[in-house]
Amino acid sequence: MMTASLNEYVIISSLLFAIGFFGVLLRRNTLVVFMCLELMLIASTLALVAFSRFNATMDGNIFVFFILTVAAAEVAVGLAIIVALFRKRQTVQIDQLDSLKN
Amino acid sequence: MASILFLLFSTLTVLCAVGVVVNKNAVNAAGCLLLCLVGVAGLFVQLDAYLLAFILLLVYAGAVVALFLFIIMLLDVQGRQSFGFSGITTFAGLMAFALLLTGLGSIAIKGHLDAPRLNRLAVEGANLKSYAQQLFTTYLLPVQIIGFLLLIAMLGVIVLSKKHATEEPAK
Repeated sequence: MMTASLNEYVIISSLLFAIGFFGVLLRRNTLVVFMCLELMLIASTLALVAFSRFNATMDGNIFVFFILTVAAAEVAVGLAIIVALFRKRQTVQIDQLDSLKN
Repeated sequence: MASILFLLFSTLTVLCAVGVVVNKNAVNAAGCLLLCLVGVAGLFVQLDAYLLAFILLLVYAGAVVALFLFIIMLLDVQGRQSFGFSGITTFAGLMAFALLLTGLGSIAIKGHLDAPRLNRLAVEGANLKSYAQQLFTTYLLPVQIIGFLLLIAMLGVIVLSKKHATEEPAK
């Protein structure tokens, strides 16, 4: 069985990142936008692990370790902000959250 | 060419990522995100990062997606969300998608990323011991900073949730 090359992992990673970016731009539900943000983070994580594996170092893996920790904290704070926002404005749709307009 | 497992997991990952973006229902999107994470964990296993795959499943699939589902059900926004996109938004999003994919994809396809000698070389002991050694020697300060960051995040979440509870009776 042949293993995949680094280029293939980077292709998958960039595809995942682009899909997440598309979702962030397209969707209006804040929760789904946040999920797409997580998707982008995961894509960068995959690229780091692949580069680390094919260069035979540990540094990328350790970085992924830290990224996962920060991502967990980020999700907790972000969801708390979304809940606070929902309590204040009764909506999580992005196009209705336009108090900074004008 | 790639192995069958790589094709399987990468297809699962990409399809579920598309599912997260296009799903109308936020709960289904969270389910797709969960499957996507399982696919990424499978790819991690093929990259010999077993510990990271395990942590990804524990932290993301176990905690983060569960938290997402919990918040979706708490807010219950299913009924009143509109899914119709304006044409200009979709067009701009597709343009950004295409540009990003072209840029990153050209690096991934045309770049000579593989160092041929190191290509098949296993990571020197990507096991728990080497993680621990790195974390407690080279990366000791980042570990402490991360711990502090988690503490701050926890305090922030508590403040964010509590502020409203004290504010509400005053209204």
